[in-house]
Amino acid sequence: MENKKMPALEMRNITKKFGDFVANDNLNLIVQKGEVHALLGENGAGKTTLMNILYGLYTPTSGDIFLNGVRTNILNPKIAIENKIGMVHQHFMLVKNFTVTENIILGKEKKNKLGKLLLRKSKKDIVALSKKYGLLVNPDDKIEDITVGMQQRVEILKALYRGADILILDEPTAVLTPQEIKELGIIVKNLTAEKKSIIFISHKLKEITQFADRCTIIRRGKLIDTLNVTDVTEHELASKMVGREVNFKIEKKKANPQKPILKIENLVVKNNMGLVAVNKLSLEVKAGEILGIAGIDGNGQSEFVEAITGLRKAESGKFSISEVDLTNKTPREIFLNKVAHIPEDRQKFGLVMDFSVKENFILQTHSYAEFSDKGFLKNKNVEDFANKLVAKFDVRPTNINKKARDLSGGNQQKVIIAREVTHDPQLLIAVQPTRGLDVGAIEFVHKSLIKQRDEGKAVLLVSLELDEVMNIADRIAVIFEGEIVGIVDAKKADINQLGLMMSGGKL
Amino acid sequence: MKKNKVIKFFTESNKAFTLISILLGFIIGGLILWFSGFNPFTAYAVIFKGIFSKPSYISYTIIRSTPLILTGLSVAFAFRTGLFNIGAEGQYIVGSAAAALAGYYIQLPAVLLIPLVILIAIISSGIWGAIAGLLKSKYGIHEVISTIMLNWIALYLQNYITKIKGFAKPNSEASKFIQDAANITFFDNWKHSDKGMAWLNNHHFAKEILRTPANFGIIIAILCALLVWIILNKTTLGYKLRAVGFNKEAARYAGINIEKYMIISMFISGSLAGLAGALHVMGVSHNITNLSAMEGYGFDGIAVALIGSNAAFGTIWSGFLFGALKYGGTKIQPFMGAPSEIISIMIGTIVFFISMPNIIKISLNKILLKNKKRGEDVK
Ligand SMILES: Nc1ncnc2c1ncn2[C@@H]1O[C@H](COP(=O)(O)OP(=O)(O)OP(=O)(O)O)[C@@H](O)[C@H]1O
Ligand SMILES: [Mg+2]
Repeated sequence: MENKKMPALEMRNITKKFGDFVANDNLNLIVQKGEVHALLGENGAGKTTLMNILYGLYTPTSGDIFLNGVRTNILNPKIAIENKIGMVHQHFMLVKNFTVTENIILGKEKKNKLGKLLLRKSKKDIVALSKKYGLLVNPDDKIEDITVGMQQRVEILKALYRGADILILDEPTAVLTPQEIKELGIIVKNLTAEKKSIIFISHKLKEITQFADRCTIIRRGKLIDTLNVTDVTEHELASKMVGREVNFKIEKKKANPQKPILKIENLVVKNNMGLVAVNKLSLEVKAGEILGIAGIDGNGQSEFVEAITGLRKAESGKFSISEVDLTNKTPREIFLNKVAHIPEDRQKFGLVMDFSVKENFILQTHSYAEFSDKGFLKNKNVEDFANKLVAKFDVRPTNINKKARDLSGGNQQKVIIAREVTHDPQLLIAVQPTRGLDVGAIEFVHKSLIKQRDEGKAVLLVSLELDEVMNIADRIAVIFEGEIVGIVDAKKADINQLGLMMSGGKL
Repeated sequence: MKKNKVIKFFTESNKAFTLISILLGFIIGGLILWFSGFNPFTAYAVIFKGIFSKPSYISYTIIRSTPLILTGLSVAFAFRTGLFNIGAEGQYIVGSAAAALAGYYIQLPAVLLIPLVILIAIISSGIWGAIAGLLKSKYGIHEVISTIMLNWIALYLQNYITKIKGFAKPNSEASKFIQDAANITFFDNWKHSDKGMAWLNNHHFAKEILRTPANFGIIIAILCALLVWIILNKTTLGYKLRAVGFNKEAARYAGINIEKYMIISMFISGSLAGLAGALHVMGVSHNITNLSAMEGYGFDGIAVALIGSNAAFGTIWSGFLFGALKYGGTKIQPFMGAPSEIISIMIGTIVFFISMPNIIKISLNKILLKNKKRGEDVK
C-alpha cells in the first residue's frame, strides 16, 4: 500500500549555530498529519531550538522547512501562526492579570466596526472550542488564580483559537500532576482525531511510549534516529538518547542516620490567600538521611519550603538547624547556617537569567574572600571556580561566560545544583530537583543527592514524582492538606498505601 | 562568506542597530528639511562645518557634550540596576545649586576648594536621587513618579536659593558668581588680563580655544564613565546592583539587601547627574539663575543613555553625538533660516528606532533572507 500523503511538516537539513556553537546540526524531522511525534534528547540536545526555528523565533543558519509540501520561510511567529503552527512553550507566556478569554484572544481580538471588543462573542467561541477538545477552562478566571495545568490548557486553546494544525508542546508534562497528565493524554487524542499533528517534547520515556506514534531522537544537536514507538522499549530509547546504558534504579548503600539537623515543631504557614496551608507540621531530618516528602501538588509543599527557606513568614511554630532557631529569619541568615536550597522555581529564585554562568555560581558568595578583595571581584578565582564546577557537574556547553538564559532548562538546573552542593551544607533542600531533566541528568542529580547523604548531610527532598521519592528517600513523609499524615520507611513503602495516604486516607 | 558576516553584523550586533538608527535619524531629518523646502545636504554641511571647522567650535561641542555624557551615565547606571531615573534633571539642578552655594560661600585655596565643591555637589545630588530610592524601597513608590516630582521640587528650590539675600545678585534673576578659587575654566583670569590677551593675540589656536569656556569637565566626565564601567563590571557592589536589577527575587533570595542597593544605586545615579550640574556651574556659567522651565540636560540624558545602549563607553560617544548635533544644529537657523528644531526631530527618530530594534531586525531579515536561494547552504 503506497502512502501518497504529504507530510504535514518536513524540516530538512536544519542547522542552527549560536556563534561557533552548533545547537542543531543538519537535523531532519518529518511529521505526518494526525500524528503525535515525540522529540527526545538530553538537556541541551537542541529540541527547543529546533522548535523555536519552526515557530519563527530563530532563523536557521541553513536548511528548509516544508509545510504540506510547500517550502516556507518562517521569519517570525506571525508567519508561523498564519501557517497554522502553534507552540506552547516550556515556560508559559500568559498575561497574569488578564482573564482566560483575554489571553486567548490577545492579538486576534474580535471587534465591531467601532473597534469595540466583542468579548461575549469570543467567549462563546472559546467555550465551544474547549468543549470540542475536552479542554475545560473557565473563560472568566484570571490567569494568576488558576493552576499551572489550567494555564497550560489556556496556552493550547490559544494556539487552537489561532487555527493551529501543528501544535508544538515543549515539555508539557513537566509541570503537571499525574492526574493532569492523564487528562492531557485525552486532549492529545482528541486533537489527533481531528487530524492535527502534535510535536511532543518530553524527558519522561513512559509518556513517550504512551502518547506518541513516532519518536525522533537527537543527541548533541545531531539526528540519531526516528522510530516507531511501538517497536522499542523505554530502555532502548534511553540508551539511544544518552549514548550509553542508563540506570533507572540507583544503587545506594544503607543510610546511616545521625543526630537530627532540621527540627520543625508545629509549623503553621498561610498561603497567598491567607488560608492555612501548612498546619502544625512537625518533622525531623537527620544527618546522613534523605527524607522525602510525598504528596499531591497543592497540599502545602511550596508554602512549607518557602517558610523554612525564609521566603515566607511562619505564623506560629518554629524550626531550627542544629539547635539554632531560624524561624522567620532572612534567607541570608538561613543560608549562613549552612542550608542549601534547590528551589522549585529555578528562573525566579535560583538564577539571575541575564547573568553569565560564572556570575550565577557566586550569587551568595561573591563577597567572600575567595572571590573578592576590597570590593573588587577576583575574576581569575571566579573563573577557575566556575570552570571547575562546569566540568564536575557536566554543564553543557562548558562556556562559563554564556548567559543562564541561553542554557537549556536542564543545564540551568545543573548550574543551581552545582552551586548549592558546593556550599557544603548541613541541610540540602531539594524541591522538584529533576523537573525537566533528561534521564541521564536525573541519574546524575539522584547520585548527587545520595552522595550528599553519604557525606553525612541531611537531605530534604520534596517531589511530586512518587517514583523519585520512593527510589531516593530513606524515609517518606506524606503530606496532605498541610499535615504530615504519616512517615514510612522507604524500603517497606508500598505504592498503593502511599497513594492512599496522599489522598487523605489514614493508615 | 563575507556577505554572511555582514548580514550577521547587521542582524545580531547592537552597535549596528545603533548605527542604522542614527543613519535613519539623519535620513528622516533630511527628508523633513527637504519637504520644508531646504536642501538637506546644505543643511548637514552647515551643521558639520558648524561643529568642526574651527577650534572654538570643537571646543564648544565638547563643552556642550560634557553634561550630556554625565546625565547619560546617570540614567544608564540606574537603568543597568533596574531603575528608571527620570530625575536626572532635578539632580542636575541640585548639583548646580549646591556647587554655586559652596563655590560662593566657602573660603579655601583652589586645590582644596575645587574638590570640596565637587564633593558637596555630588553628595547633595546623590541624596536627592537616594530619596527616590528610599521612597521606592520603603513605600513602593515607583521611581518614575517620585523623580518627576523631585524634579519640580528641585527647580523651585533653586529659584528660592537664587533669591537668598547676599547670594542673589542685586537687580537680577541670577545668583552671584562663584569665587575664582572654585572656577575650573581654563586660565579664566589670565585670559582676560592684559598680559594674557597680548599673548593670545600672537597664538591663534590657543586664542580660539580659550575664547570658549573650555574646562576640565570633559576629563572628569570621561573618568566617570571609566569609573561606572569599573563599578558595574569589576566590583562586588556592581555585581549586587546588577543582580538586583536583573532579578530582584533571586537577589533577595541570595541574601542581597535589595532595598539598600536600590538606594545606593539611586545615590550614584543622582550624583552623576549632579556632577554634570556642578561642572557646568564651575566651568561655564559660574552662577545659577532663576529657572522658568527645566533646562533639559537631565531629560536629554535619557536619550543619550538609550543611544549609548546604557553602556559606560557607549554613553561617551552618544553624548558627543548629541552635544555636537545640539551645538551644530543651532547654526542652520542663522545660515539658511532652517529651524534648529530639526535636530530634536532627528534625535527623536534615532531614539524611536533604537527603542524598537525589532523594526530594523525584522525588516532586515526580510530583505536579506528573501534573496537566499532555496537549499543554498549558508555557512
Ligand atoms: N539564544 C541562545 N544563544 C546561545 N546558545 C543557545 C541559545 N539558545 C540555546 N542555546 C544553546 O543551544 C543548546 C540547545 O538548547 P535547547 O534549549 O534547544 O535544548 P533542549 O534540547 O531544549 O534542552 P532541555 O531539555 O534542557 O530543555 C544548548 O546548549 C543551549 O545552551
Ligand atoms: Mg528545552
